[in-house]
Amino acid sequence: MLTAHLNPLAASLFSLIAIASLLLAFVMLGSRWLRHYLYAFAAESWLIGILSAAVGFYGNYPELYLIAILTVVFRGGLLPYLIFRIIRRLHVSREVHEILQPSSGLVIGALAVIFALGVSSRIGAELGMSGTVVVLALTVMLSMKLLGFLMLAARHEALSHILGLLVLENGIFLGAQILVPGMPLLIEIVILFDLLIVVACFGLLVQYLMTHVGTTSSLELRRLVG
Amino acid sequence: MVGVLLLVIALAPALAILLIILAGRPSLSAWLNLIASIIAFVAAAVLPLLVQSQAHVYWAGYIIIDALGAWVVLCAAIVYLLASIYAVGYMPLLDEEERLPVFYALFAGFALTTLLGPMMNNAGLYWIAIELTTLVSTFLVAFERAAESIEAAWKYIIVVSGGISLALLGTVLFYWGGSLVIGPSYDMTWAALRDAAPHMNPTLLILGFLLVLIGYGTKAGLAPMHTWLPDAHSEGPTPVSALLSGALLNTAMIGIIRYLSVVDAAGAGPLPRITLVALGIVSLIVAALFIVRQEGIKRLMAYSSVEHMGVIALGVGFGGALGIAGALYHMINHSLNKSLMFFGAGSMMRSYQTKEIGGIHLVSRRFPVVGALWLAGAVAITGAPPFGLFASELTILRAGLETKAAWAAFVMAGLLIIIFIGFLNHFRIMYYETPEHDNGVEGSVSAWCTLPMWLALLPLLGLGLWWPEAVWGYFGTIAHALGDGALVAGSTP
Repeated sequence: MLTAHLNPLAASLFSLIAIASLLLAFVMLGSRWLRHYLYAFAAESWLIGILSAAVGFYGNYPELYLIAILTVVFRGGLLPYLIFRIIRRLHVSREVHEILQPSSGLVIGALAVIFALGVSSRIGAELGMSGTVVVLALTVMLSMKLLGFLMLAARHEALSHILGLLVLENGIFLGAQILVPGMPLLIEIVILFDLLIVVACFGLLVQYLMTHVGTTSSLELRRLVG
Repeated sequence: MVGVLLLVIALAPALAILLIILAGRPSLSAWLNLIASIIAFVAAAVLPLLVQSQAHVYWAGYIIIDALGAWVVLCAAIVYLLASIYAVGYMPLLDEEERLPVFYALFAGFALTTLLGPMMNNAGLYWIAIELTTLVSTFLVAFERAAESIEAAWKYIIVVSGGISLALLGTVLFYWGGSLVIGPSYDMTWAALRDAAPHMNPTLLILGFLLVLIGYGTKAGLAPMHTWLPDAHSEGPTPVSALLSGALLNTAMIGIIRYLSVVDAAGAGPLPRITLVALGIVSLIVAALFIVRQEGIKRLMAYSSVEHMGVIALGVGFGGALGIAGALYHMINHSLNKSLMFFGAGSMMRSYQTKEIGGIHLVSRRFPVVGALWLAGAVAITGAPPFGLFASELTILRAGLETKAAWAAFVMAGLLIIIFIGFLNHFRIMYYETPEHDNGVEGSVSAWCTLPMWLALLPLLGLGLWWPEAVWGYFGTIAHALGDGALVAGSTP
C-alpha cells in the first residue's frame, strides 16, 4: 500500500497537487467565461498528469509514467483543443443567463466540500488512516464530483455541460492515482480513449443542436416534458 | 464450444457493421443486419443450454459467461432479432434512404455493445461497455434529426454520462477496498471482488455499492434517475426504442445484480437491498403517475419500461431463489412484450401520422390483425393472465411476502393495479371511442412489421401458461451462484 509508508515530502507534494486541483475546480465554478473554464480544466489535467508521474516515482509504478504522458497529451492538450474549436465555431463565449450567480455557486461549492470532508474523514477513521493523504485524496475526489454536478445543474450552455462532465471524471482520475495506483494499465488507457470518443460525440451533438434546434442552451430544450 | 458461440455472437454484428460500411447500399444493409441478428440469436439461444452451473472464462479472464450472463445475452439477442425484422419494414417509411447504411451500422454496433456488456468479467471493462452503449445509441436516438430527437439525444447523453461517472467512482472505491485486502494490483473480476468482500471495510463497501447502484440505476432507468428514458425511448426510431428498452436496460441491470452479490458475500446488512427495493417502489410510483396522465403513445411505453425495471429491481432486492427467478423471468417476458408494444406503437404512429394517443382511434376496425396483437400485448404488459408477465410478477410478489419488507409487496400490488387501469384506459380510448372528426385512416402494415409481433406474442403466451421445470432449475443455479442472498425476515438486525 503506497499511502501507508509515504515519505513526508511525497505526501506534501500529493496534497499540494490535490488541493491545487480543487482550487482550479472552484475557479471553473466562479467564472462566467467559457474560455476561463477551459484554461482551468487544462491546468487541472496537467496537474493530474504531474501527480501520476509523482505517484509513479515515489510508489515505484513505472507504468504510471505512460499514464502521465497520455493524461497530459489527451486531457491537457487534445481535449481542450477540441473544445476550443467548438467554442470558436459556436461564437458562444460566456454564460448569458445564469441560473445561479457565480458567487452563490462558490458558497454552495464550499458546503459541498465540507460534506465531502465529513464523508471521507469517517471512512478514513474506519480504515485507521485519519490524517493521511488518503483522506485528502478522498475529499478532493468526492468534492470534485459534487462540484461537477453543481456545474451541470447550474449552467445551461452545452459546453458548460461537457466541461462539467469532464470535471466529474477528473476528480475520479485524481483520486484513483493516489488511492489505487496499481489499477491495471489496460483499464486506465481504455478510459482515457473512451473520454476522447465522448468529447468527439459531444462535439457532433452540439453541432446538431445548433443546426436543428437553433440553440445550445439547455433552457431552450423544453419540447419533451411529461 | 461455448467459446465458439461467444465468438459468433460478437463477430456476427461486428462483421455486419464492416460489410454494411463497405457495401454502403441501403437495401443490402437491412439484410446484412437481419442475417447478423439471426446468427446471434441462434448462438445465444443455445448458450443457456450449454452453460449451467459452472462459469466459463476466456481471453485471459476478461470474458466470462455464466448462467446469469447467458440469460441476459439471450434476452438481448431476442430483442435484436425482433427489432431487426421490424426495421426491414419500418425504416423505409422514414424517407431517409441514403442514411440507412449509417443507421444499420450503428444499430448493429448498439446490439453488439449490449450483447458484450453481460460477458465482461472485469468491473472496469463492464463500465466501459456500458459507456459504449450510450455513445452508440445516442446517435440512433438522434437519427431522425428532428429538433425533438436531438433534444432527447442531448438529455440522454448528459444524464447518463453523469450517472455512469458515479458508477466509475463506485468501481474505484470497490477496487480500493479490494486492494487493501488482496494487494495493490489485481484483476478486478467479479469472483475476486466476491472473495475479497468479507474482508473489506463495510462502510466503504456500502458507499461503493450505493454509488454503483445510482450509476447503473440511471442506465437501467430506475426512478428518480429515469428522466432521460421517456425522451430517448419516444424520440428514437421504433426499432431503436425496442432495443433500448428490451435489451439495454437488462444489460445495465446485470451490473447491479453482480455488485449486489459482492455486497451479499460481505454480509453488509440489509441497507443495499432496502435501497434497491425503495428505488423499485419509487419507479413504480413515478410510472403510475405518468402512465395515468400520458398523452404520447411511445412515452406511455417508455414509462411502462420504468415500471417494469422497478419490478425487476424489487425482485432482485427481495432476493432469494424466488426473487431472482421472478426477476430473471420478468426480464425475458418484458423484453418480448415491450418489443411487441413498441412495434405496435411505431406502426400506429406511422399510420395515423401522430405521436399522440388522442390522434389514434378505432384501431381494431382499421387494423384488425395488428390491432388484436397490440391489444393482447397491452393486456399482457399490465400483468394480466395468461401471459408471462403475470407469472413473473406473481413470483416476485410471493418473494416479497416472505421478506421483512412485505409492505413493499403490498405497495407493489396496489401500484400495479393502478397502472393496469391507467394503461388499459388509453387502449380503450384508442380502440373503442368514436372520434368527433374521423380522418378515415386506411392502410396496411407491412408483413415485416406484423411478423415480429407474432414472434413476440406467441412465446409470451407460452411462458405464461407453462413455466418449464428446466428453466426453474436454471434460475435456481443462478440464485445459488449469486450467493442465495435475500432480504429474509429475521436475518436482518
